[in-house]
Amino acid sequence: MRAYLGRRYTLSASHRLHTDALSEAKNRAVYGKCNNPHGHGHNYIVEVIVGGNVDPVTGMVCDLVALDSCVKKEILDRFDHTNLNTHTCFQNTVPTTENFNIEVHHLLTAAFRQAEIVSVRAEETSNNSFEYTVRGFIQ
Amino acid sequence: MILLTRKAEFSASHYYWNDAWSEEENRRAFGKCANRNGHGHNYTLEVTIAGEIDPISGFVVDLKDLKNVLEREVVGVYDHRHLNLEVPEFRSSNPTTENIAVAIWKRLDGKIPGAKLHRVRVYELPDLFADYYGES
Repeated sequence: MRAYLGRRYTLSASHRLHTDALSEAKNRAVYGKCNNPHGHGHNYIVEVIVGGNVDPVTGMVCDLVALDSCVKKEILDRFDHTNLNTHTCFQNTVPTTENFNIEVHHLLTAAFRQAEIVSVRAEETSNNSFEYTVRGFIQ
Repeated sequence: MILLTRKAEFSASHYYWNDAWSEEENRRAFGKCANRNGHGHNYTLEVTIAGEIDPISGFVVDLKDLKNVLEREVVGVYDHRHLNLEVPEFRSSNPTTENIAVAIWKRLDGKIPGAKLHRVRVYELPDLFADYYGES
């Protein structure tokens, strides 16, 4: 029986949306105030959904403590209270929340083996949320 | 196709325990949830149904009917109950969030007039939930 477990985490980070592939003027036009050279920050809510078979003995898709500890080590300890632009993974990609979700999915998939990471959804503000899901997972 | 979601709430107590394991094994696997005196949560249930809009009523489903089904099949059975001791499906399986989502799906499947069940989401806490889509 396949089911999904969702867990929400919070982290605070700064970023600047800017790409060297565009001119200064074009960057300002595309990214608006997010292109401010000094950066700005958000309190991100990161919702991770994992999928797997419900273990008939425990009744669980995965060990929640193991998931929390994996997300803490791989995501929160890495990104919380940092400038996203300074991370190696964002040297060649712009740290938009879309790209952030893909990176979170990549890091968790590599580190968490108990269940499949099927969705990463991040709320950048209470008005903006972005979601990355694996192919075939339709909510 | 339109998806429509209705919320309901219930408050219940539970614990996690496996009789085949020692007390120590239960504590290791389930942590503080293994306290046999139980503990409780305010659960939020989100039921999403899928269907087409009726051209006359403009509804996918009559919300009053859906509310009544949720009340009769779930809230009336789970609310202010001890899930392990008073709800039949949890006599032999732990009332984890995942199992509660599956059990609610089984209770609702086929009972919502004119619409198909799409997703059952159960929040145990605002930051912890389980989804079930009827997959085997």
